[in-house]
Amino acid sequence: MAPWLIKRILGLCGGAGCLAALSILLSRNLETYYYLVLIQCGIAATLAVSLNLINGITGQFSIGHAGFYAVGAYVGAAWTVLWRPVLAHHLSFLEIGVPQGDILNLLIALVFGACAAGITGLIVGAPSLRLRGDYLAILTLGFGEVIRVILLNVDAVGGARGLSGIPTLVSSGDLAAFWVFGSLCLVTLLTRNLMQSSRGLSWLAVREDEIAAEAMGVDTTRVKVTAFVIGSMFAGAAGVLYAHFFTGISPDIFGMDVSIMITTMVVLAGTGSATGAILAGFVLTALPEVFRFLKDYRMLIFSVTLIVIMLTRPQGFLGNRELGFGTFARLWKRLRRSPAVSGNAE
Amino acid sequence: MEAPETFTSGIGQCRVSDLLVVDRVSRFFGGLAAVAGVSLHVDKGELVGLIGPNGAGKTTVFNLLTGVYAPNEGDISFMGRRLNGMRPSRVAASGIARTFQNIRLFPSLTVLQNVMVGAHIRARTGLMAAIAQSLGQRSEDARLRGECLSILERLDLDGLADEQSTSLPYGQQRRLEIARALATSPRLLLLDEPAAGMNPQEKADLMVLIQRLREDYDLTILLIEHDMRLVMGICERIYVLDYGQIIAEGNPEEISTNPEVIAAYLGTEVV
Ligand SMILES: Nc1ncnc2c1ncn2[C@@H]1O[C@H](COP(=O)(O)OP(=O)(O)O)[C@@H](O)[C@H]1O
Ligand SMILES: [Mg+2]
Repeated sequence: MAPWLIKRILGLCGGAGCLAALSILLSRNLETYYYLVLIQCGIAATLAVSLNLINGITGQFSIGHAGFYAVGAYVGAAWTVLWRPVLAHHLSFLEIGVPQGDILNLLIALVFGACAAGITGLIVGAPSLRLRGDYLAILTLGFGEVIRVILLNVDAVGGARGLSGIPTLVSSGDLAAFWVFGSLCLVTLLTRNLMQSSRGLSWLAVREDEIAAEAMGVDTTRVKVTAFVIGSMFAGAAGVLYAHFFTGISPDIFGMDVSIMITTMVVLAGTGSATGAILAGFVLTALPEVFRFLKDYRMLIFSVTLIVIMLTRPQGFLGNRELGFGTFARLWKRLRRSPAVSGNAE
Repeated sequence: MEAPETFTSGIGQCRVSDLLVVDRVSRFFGGLAAVAGVSLHVDKGELVGLIGPNGAGKTTVFNLLTGVYAPNEGDISFMGRRLNGMRPSRVAASGIARTFQNIRLFPSLTVLQNVMVGAHIRARTGLMAAIAQSLGQRSEDARLRGECLSILERLDLDGLADEQSTSLPYGQQRRLEIARALATSPRLLLLDEPAAGMNPQEKADLMVLIQRLREDYDLTILLIEHDMRLVMGICERIYVLDYGQIIAEGNPEEISTNPEVIAAYLGTEVV
């Protein structure tokens, strides 16, 4: 095997190990309420970074991301509660309740959910990404609603009641944060690596000027469809994790409001900034919790806060910059040099 | 064995030296024939001018050549291959690059990144390699970056590699468009009014530059330009377009004394 590949694999394994340890620590020490909010933030951030590939980086305006989220959640849950039990009669290693069985089943659910969402993305994206701006927006919005209405009317997946009693595979072995933040890291890493390559630049070129990008040999349709499919796959994976953490799903969880919220996160993030999308995912998920003491006025204040953020930072949280170790290092240096922090050094 | 002088392409007999052959091409917009039965050819290594009054259809000819529009009638062949109906990215891959009359840089990308997008056409490694940052992909990107920097150097833009493209002054943006087109390593370069908005000094520099690039990169150039001094100064052959039709063809001397051309440009009373 090539040395660089070994390095990558070792890096991923090391990262996974650290994340797993952190995950176990968190689940044992964090209060349940904060833990739940943290997991929700992670799922929201994954959705935001995956939509960022489509909206932020290739510049398409998709506002039906909850549809792919739903497809992933339902297909993953369907594996665990509908199909797996049938197979488990013959295949004992699909047993749930033992750690290796839980992990294996979650992985299978993730693959099914992500692939189903990806294929749906291909079917929706291939014809519609030829459309421009507002048409694409209307079409994706419609798609999200179609998915919701279908789920509402298919009795095999519980209709309006949805699917419940999904075993909580995600938290098995205290690994919930591992799975959720692992998928967030994967999609962020994918975005980062791609954007550091000349191929990634050709994706940005599609956002910047489609006609010029085509003239420079960029197959814009192909780029847009690829971004759409990858973005949908990670939304699907987020859906699988949601279903197997909260143990129940129903069509109303995947409504238009969720799509709008994910789109808002990407817009708030700035143009194409993945770390900005993570930040926005956390802020927009945690803010309503922070405002909980306001009772009925909670969502009103939340909306007002959003408007204020948009007005004061129209370029988004980070503009087109990314947060990295470098940013923190610079911040740290500046803090240390500033007299406010060095306190009464005089 | 002697190489054949002619060969049969998609549109009939062609000479080997013909790089680009446009055969009775038309394009209509509603009732308007923006390009009406235009035929022209560009030989390998030539520097050909395409001139005509505003609205004559020059830019539309470029859009037809590069696949932005498909012709309603007629055929376009490049190196013996039919281009009709090919999408612009395929046309670019087959060796035709262009600049735009209304500058179309990628605004939020840097100067170097703009050129890298052009160079990406020559990348062999795939999406997976980019995501995994494979060794092959990184060394290829490093090579392409080096090539792009040397192109920038040729165009006197090398000190500006990390500037945001749209922060450059107008003349440099035009040169950056040329750099980006060159990065695709084209055989045929289409320049749409490259001197528009430039001052006399910049225009003079551009004349020298275009000729030098032709030598250095072994290019064939088709050039739209309003500045007669520039066109007459560097083009070997000139086509004149008026109301979508070619009204004259010839060397600069023939064109500048052609009464029809003078009429088209200055209005009939003059002649
Ligand atoms: N996409 C289009 N739709 C409608 N009309 C067009 C389009 N493109 C060009 N035209 C028309 O075709 C004619 C030629 O335009 P153009 O090729 O831009 O002229 P030139 O570049 O010679 O100034 C003009 O009358 C213009 O309005
Ligand atoms: Mg024009």
